[in-house]
Amino acid sequence: MVNPNEKIPSVEQKMANKKTDYQLSYLKELEAESIFIIREVAAQFEKPVLMFSGGKDSILMTHLAMKAFYPARIPFPLLHVDTGHNFPEAITFRDELVERLGVKLIVGDVQKYIDEGKLVDEKGYSASRNALQIPVLLEELEKGKFDAALGGARRDEEKARAKERFFSHRDEFGQWDPKNQRPELWNLFNGKKNFGEHFRIFPISNWTELDVWQYLHVENVPLPSVYYAHKRVVFERDGVLLAHNEFTPRRPEEELKEMMVRCRTMGDMTCTGVWESDADTMEKIIQEVATTRTTERGARADDKRSETAMEDRKKKGYF
Amino acid sequence: MAENTEYLKPKTNSQIKNTELLRFTTAGSVDDGKSTLIGRLLYDSKSIFEDQYELIREVSERRGEEGVNLALLTDGLKSEREQGITIDVAYRYFATPKRKFIIADTPGHIQYTRNMVTGASTANVALVLIDARQGVVEQTRRHAIIASLLQIPHLVICINKMDLVGYSEKVYEEIKEDFEGFASKLDVADVHFIPISALNGDNVVNRSTNMAWYEGSTLMYYLENVHIGSDHNLIDARFPIQYVVRPYSDEYHDYRGYAGRVAGGIFKKGDEVMLLPSGFTTKIAKIDTYDGELEEAFPPMSVTVHIEDDYDLSRGDMIVRVNNTPEVTQDLEVMICWFSERPLQPNGKYTIMHTTQEARCVVKDVRYKLDINSLHRNLEDRNIRMNDIARIVLRTTKPLFVDKYYRNRTTGSIILIDEATNNTVGAGMVI
Repeated sequence: MVNPNEKIPSVEQKMANKKTDYQLSYLKELEAESIFIIREVAAQFEKPVLMFSGGKDSILMTHLAMKAFYPARIPFPLLHVDTGHNFPEAITFRDELVERLGVKLIVGDVQKYIDEGKLVDEKGYSASRNALQIPVLLEELEKGKFDAALGGARRDEEKARAKERFFSHRDEFGQWDPKNQRPELWNLFNGKKNFGEHFRIFPISNWTELDVWQYLHVENVPLPSVYYAHKRVVFERDGVLLAHNEFTPRRPEEELKEMMVRCRTMGDMTCTGVWESDADTMEKIIQEVATTRTTERGARADDKRSETAMEDRKKKGYF
Repeated sequence: MAENTEYLKPKTNSQIKNTELLRFTTAGSVDDGKSTLIGRLLYDSKSIFEDQYELIREVSERRGEEGVNLALLTDGLKSEREQGITIDVAYRYFATPKRKFIIADTPGHIQYTRNMVTGASTANVALVLIDARQGVVEQTRRHAIIASLLQIPHLVICINKMDLVGYSEKVYEEIKEDFEGFASKLDVADVHFIPISALNGDNVVNRSTNMAWYEGSTLMYYLENVHIGSDHNLIDARFPIQYVVRPYSDEYHDYRGYAGRVAGGIFKKGDEVMLLPSGFTTKIAKIDTYDGELEEAFPPMSVTVHIEDDYDLSRGDMIVRVNNTPEVTQDLEVMICWFSERPLQPNGKYTIMHTTQEARCVVKDVRYKLDINSLHRNLEDRNIRMNDIARIVLRTTKPLFVDKYYRNRTTGSIILIDEATNNTVGAGMVI
């Protein structure tokens, strides 16, 4: 090292330096941090729940939770807010995963809320059930008396999320107050709250998109098939490719075409763009992610609505 | 600039194994070029995506700014962009083939001392910016003092805006000497100086051709190569128990593992250990993980430890080495940074969190308030308000197992929680 200022190391430092391999790789360190947070949730809260969207980040979350409590089962259920507009492959995958992990799955059914007249669908070509997820999520959390909801959000995803805490306090209305967040120092996480309030917990805050892919690859974690390149009928809207599906009405000028595509993120079919790609293996996906010059949320129509779309949704209780 | 394609290659499996994680903190105000420097690091390491860049280019243009304002990348919240300042700690990420970096980007004004302390608490490196035209100012000293108090192992002083002083070696040397004179009063082991221009990219990622007199490394080279292998304490074995793993299944009927994160030292299978608070001794039967048993565990690994004898341990207990134990005490002397608008209450009672332990405590005494700009000890004014740093005495309801903060940042740190609001109101370092 080029450091002329370096002081003569103490005996202790020398001892510590003698074996240089007491250093974790960055993926192992991220894993250790996430496992610590997940265990902290199980220790500090009475009734945690893991918010499961079916995407790669929540699949990573279940993998880390499984490691955290091994050989015991994950000591909390999964909660999936199902808009009814998911990729069918994602639902099949979800059910198999739940079976494998031996955990309980709770489904918040958006369609049911609509049928009961509690919610109304958006109208128009770009209608999405994204906003409808918020009331369903909040009601399911309340119904289950959950006091901590674990989520797979990452700080690198979006600028409002860059300021999110690991332990994120929510008031009795489930709202996020970005100006009044609790400081988090060292490894000390304050999960104290009043009755009726809850926490959102983000154990993979410090992972980037590429970290997630590298880790899923190294760990051989199975993923839904839509993440790999496949043939699909799509159409283009506002520069984004959308999968042809029964829930998204097309404008007359939006022509269907068949292409090799894959999902970079996975949400509803109505608002998740697919991506022209021939990456049909994990290696190719990593290669693609590493060289990609646009953000993964760039293909999410829900984030394109305004510059502060995410910040505004988070304040209302989105995760 | 030539496309540096090395940054765009994915890592091979052997690279992944050798890639380390480095956390660094920056502090600064609007004018010293901190945001520009971060933007430059992200941009030159290809960590800015085209759509992000396009967005800030548009915003810069709309505001009538000259060129693309890289600083816009780091302003996150609506209220911050409106005011043009950073209020909170923002986390940024970038990676090179050698390391992954986490930047805790914090505001530099005195009213944000608490944010700086937060960002500094987990950092390996503190990056302090000096405007070459102004030299060492109050804010520089404040950042260095915070880095020293929080025991950040490495301090790198970037003397920025060298382009505005004609890339003068003399200016650089004078500032360096000035800072060294002041730093001798601080407890910082490793200080490094780099002359840069964040705006033009001199000595940030690429070597400057304007300062032939400078023979040291670029900032990126420094960040990629600074030795962080001994930043953790590998001497004093400390394992705070976080959670007890009991499967309650037929297959693992008698399984009882103690899950936690190694806070110090190296634990090996067969090691003779002491259990706290009981003081009983036993041996480590095995160190378990999902990926199989380990021969040894060291910080910051998350593992599950089994002991040979059938003692009943629970969260908050600690496994340590026989003959190397932390102090078991109810009386603590701490340097505290105050976070709350409601001042510290003399004789006030708070919840205290330390490793995985929780207790209540009472503030017995305020020894002095520390002037964060001069290190002066103020013995007269003992009113501890938001952003103040003070030395206080605490008495806890039950014994804690503590090390001095300079020995171990994990077992030497505490937070205080207001029992009425549940807010974290103070962060303390054991003296």
